[in-house]
Amino acid sequence: MLYVLGFIFVILGPFLGGLLSGVDRVFSARMQRRQGPPLLQPFADYAKFMQKKAYIINGLQTFLITGHLIFVILAGWILYAGQDILLSIFSLTLSEMFLCMAAFSASAPYSNMSAQRELLQMACTEPMLLMIAIGFYLSSGSFMVTDIVAQKTPAIIHVPGFFLGFLVILVVELRKSPFDVSTSHHAHQEMVKGVTTDITGSLMGIVELSEWYEYFLMFSYVALYFVSSNPLSLLVGILMGCLVMFLMTLIDNTFPRVRWERMLSVCWATTLIFAGGNLLLLTLLKMF
Amino acid sequence: MKISKSPWILHYDGSSCNGCDIEVLASTTPRYDLERFGIINTGDPKHADVFLITGGVNYQNRDVVQQLYSQMPDPKVVVAVGICACDGGVFKDCYNIIGGVDKVIPVDVYVPGCAARPESIIDGVVKALAILDKKRERMAQGLVPDEKVWTNTIVRPGSQEKQED
Repeated sequence: MLYVLGFIFVILGPFLGGLLSGVDRVFSARMQRRQGPPLLQPFADYAKFMQKKAYIINGLQTFLITGHLIFVILAGWILYAGQDILLSIFSLTLSEMFLCMAAFSASAPYSNMSAQRELLQMACTEPMLLMIAIGFYLSSGSFMVTDIVAQKTPAIIHVPGFFLGFLVILVVELRKSPFDVSTSHHAHQEMVKGVTTDITGSLMGIVELSEWYEYFLMFSYVALYFVSSNPLSLLVGILMGCLVMFLMTLIDNTFPRVRWERMLSVCWATTLIFAGGNLLLLTLLKMF
Repeated sequence: MKISKSPWILHYDGSSCNGCDIEVLASTTPRYDLERFGIINTGDPKHADVFLITGGVNYQNRDVVQQLYSQMPDPKVVVAVGICACDGGVFKDCYNIIGGVDKVIPVDVYVPGCAARPESIIDGVVKALAILDKKRERMAQGLVPDEKVWTNTIVRPGSQEKQED
């Protein structure tokens, strides 16, 4: 039964993720007092990339990009099939490694430099991503998503610090804030087009597709903090997911020129303070 | 979905006085808001569909223009913005100027003006989009994207006669 839910994610994920990305672009435009693109613009971009000729620079690139897509899908499938959340996070990390290697496989200097910064970005977000799994374990006593959603009280009550830490790295994970890291969505940035600089045509379409999956996956991680055994909590989860996505757009437009040096200091510090503090408090509470 | 619903622009400044560049940048500001047509000003030729060039071509930037053009995947269109990009403008007789952009790469739309207004630049890009769709249709039929075979004529420095390149 739960496996079916996983497959529903595989089918619906990109549509919802693409829609989230479209809403993000419209909101972003309105914040800059522009009219903005049509809501379905990301799908038009995807269709265009699929129709363009692809300049494949080496045979490895196709394999790596496909791997990137497959492991993002797997990460989502694991989550929705109610399996181990640790595995889901590992699968997400692996998929990002694939994208990174695809960028390293190109000989273009911008592509290589972006891949290095992508690694830097992963160094910033990975500790907190792992802490998410630990947080869910502390609140439910299990890494299984089925047990996490079956709790009487939602995870946010026990681990609000982990949630706040997650919000900070989410800006980086969704490629929003540091404009000079890998591939942010801003038109003019230091790294041309980041890790996707040398990816063309249908391969770029696949990268866009996996990005939509990632969008929806992140939305789901946020919602997971609010879901409990009460069916109504699902609604709260979806609402909070939307709210957090709006917050990400707001942060992106408020701090458009954050650099990677700042990302390094902010991400590690917040992980230590929020997640570490929460961890310490929970341990202390258990002792007394 | 048509390819012209998501045209990404690559902007390159040849040897212009920067007047047209300022106007191109003006048309990407919130006031004119190009993104409502799905247009994104990208810095990556490998993602671009529309090549927007301002200023004439000289012997130094000729290779750059040709390389940028060759890095753009088909279908693609070139828009020459401003009179200098169209045929060299006031710099036409300078010793270092080859001429308009069409001396080194095929141009699809010419937007004259000194400097070209944002309105006419947007107009030119919209015209180019129709050509972009036509090229895509030709590609779908298994034909080469361009209808006409393009040949360039370059005046070498020091000689007045035109040579086929």
